[in-house]
Amino acid sequence: MTALPEEVEAWIGQRKYEQWGAFEVERGYIFTSCSSVQNGNPIFWDEKVAEEITGGPIAPPSMISVWFRPHYWSPGLSEEALALQLHFDLKAILGLPEAVMSDNTITFYEPVRVGDRLKTTQILRSVSEPKTTKLGTGRFWVLEVEVENQDGKLCAIESYTGFGYQKGNA
Amino acid sequence: MSAGNIEFDEVEVGQALPQLAIEVTPSTVVLGALASRDWRPMHHDKDFAQDRNGTRHIFINTPHNAAYFERYITDWTGPRGRLGRIQFKMRDSVFPGDTMDFSGKVEAKSVDAAGCGWVELAIELRVGEKITTACRARVAVPTAPEDNPWQRGGEAWKPAV
Repeated sequence: MTALPEEVEAWIGQRKYEQWGAFEVERGYIFTSCSSVQNGNPIFWDEKVAEEITGGPIAPPSMISVWFRPHYWSPGLSEEALALQLHFDLKAILGLPEAVMSDNTITFYEPVRVGDRLKTTQILRSVSEPKTTKLGTGRFWVLEVEVENQDGKLCAIESYTGFGYQKGNA
Repeated sequence: MSAGNIEFDEVEVGQALPQLAIEVTPSTVVLGALASRDWRPMHHDKDFAQDRNGTRHIFINTPHNAAYFERYITDWTGPRGRLGRIQFKMRDSVFPGDTMDFSGKVEAKSVDAAGCGWVELAIELRVGEKITTACRARVAVPTAPEDNPWQRGGEAWKPAV
């Protein structure tokens, strides 16, 4: 497990999985998300405050990944669709059946507004040499997701560090 | 901790943010996973989490973690505070039965060339004595009563440093 497969080397820096979100940004999920952490910020709950401060209803910035996660099931889908497909591609090609995310960085640009349709692109930035942690032996990788709205404006860049591993050989 | 309306001049380097404690239940974890459309079983299926991930229970997922940090930060800034960047490192998972203790302090403040007032925060999420997640955040706050960071865009909004 020391040499990185050439195919994976070639993925580094490549823009992959350019995808539109399955639905428009909507308030139901915004309320559910705010409820899940008891976020009472009035820009998400009070239309008058939202109009005054943000020029209309927006989504909490930290919800950015919500809008491009696929449905668990939809008609015609034979298997579970996966968010961050590149992460699962890496697990498969590197033979690392388990994985966790460790670091997350999100930089926020244009606010995400109710009714927006978002497009994402996944980019592999790096893959580490094999490492052993308390979870097992595997590799760390850094993935970026760029998020744009329907007008081509950059809304966010999200960076994840994942650790794919095999259990039991730590 | 009630919503504030912090202005840049009121912020001091070294200032502590009010603490926040959250009791975590299985519902907390599952609600956060579903609210963030994360269907992966380690966030709702205890057997899967134990057998496949080797963890002691289901655990809070990444976007839910981010949502808690956002809430913690904007509880302090008030609604005109606008997140520019959030960066966090999950050192350990948070499980049902844990109490999450959030604390934070102001590490730096500055006004950029466009006149935007930035505050850099260092935040810790602890369970007991252990820091489970360390977070750094860059948030814009108004520099004057008439300033509104949400109205900034293009060259006037520089969240990356």
